[in-house]
Amino acid sequence: MKIGILLKEGPYNHQAADSAYQFAKAALKKGHEVESVFLYNDGVINVSNKAEPPQDDRNLFERWSKLGEQGVEILACIAASKRRGISDDVLVNHSSITGLGTLTDIAIRVDKLVTFGD
Amino acid sequence: MLHTINQSPFRCNSLKTSIRFILPDDPVLFLEDGVYSVQDNNTFKQTIETLLKTNPVYAISHDINARGIKNTIKDVQLIDYEGFVDLVEKHQVNTWF
Amino acid sequence: MTEDEDGEIVKKIMHVMRRAPHGTIYTYEGLEMVLIMSAYDQDISISFIDDGVYALLKDQDTAGLEIKGFAKTFKALDGYDVEKLYVDKVSLEERGLKPEDLIVDVEVLDSAAIGKLMKEQDVVIHQ
Repeated sequence: MKIGILLKEGPYNHQAADSAYQFAKAALKKGHEVESVFLYNDGVINVSNKAEPPQDDRNLFERWSKLGEQGVEILACIAASKRRGISDDVLVNHSSITGLGTLTDIAIRVDKLVTFGD
Repeated sequence: MLHTINQSPFRCNSLKTSIRFILPDDPVLFLEDGVYSVQDNNTFKQTIETLLKTNPVYAISHDINARGIKNTIKDVQLIDYEGFVDLVEKHQVNTWF
Repeated sequence: MTEDEDGEIVKKIMHVMRRAPHGTIYTYEGLEMVLIMSAYDQDISISFIDDGVYALLKDQDTAGLEIKGFAKTFKALDGYDVEKLYVDKVSLEERGLKPEDLIVDVEVLDSAAIGKLMKEQDVVIHQ
């Protein structure tokens, strides 16, 4: 199955980013294709490279970057990013900024689009 | 259609509202704070038991464990994230929050 | 899911608005998503449930808040070929509202009817 994930909340404030990550990890483990994680609303903050979470806590930014390295497209919505100070020069590796048109293409292409939010 | 609910029923009306839209046989999955809905002997027990008569009900075990929930309402099935993936494979998803 | 005359995939995509308009940005950014998706020739609909119905109230004036009002954009949706606007009857009644209180023509349906429409969708996105 080809999966797209829509993540609508930022890191840490809400569990949505954690759940989305655990879901993606499980899907990959089961041999499914997680095509992309599209970040919307405050979700775009998940790919800021400016964050330094405490060493003894999980690093959500690194998680997304690693998932990107494994071939999952990590995409932040450009309109939502501009509102929140996320731009190309503050992105974690293996993530990029794109438009809502890309989300539409994803929705059309994947078998299942799964939303995580608050 | 798989319905997921991630809000505590004590804080948010997601459970109360979504139940009006959920059709018989459609699976319902509680995750995150939504899992408080299926803690045994809470005030929503009757709602969940009524739902169980027509729909399979699941909860993410990791969310249950993280919140110290020891007893869940009978017939609520605890699953992990891979179980969640299996449900998504079989159904389109309707994510209530 | 169907195909149009050119063999392109047309998916049924329903957006669900369940929040009041100005207390959070979700409805506004949700509407932005709807507008972009409307350019892709998909079968788009919007359901207004719970506080989502407040987004459609007439006479919203956000000038005093110095935030952008967007109720009128819902009125412009038919220009984007987004014509399927469903309002949950219970949500409307609970709030003491009538269809004529809303800025745009909608189809008021009971929850079971909206539930059936939801089940027909390829994608449901709660905003």
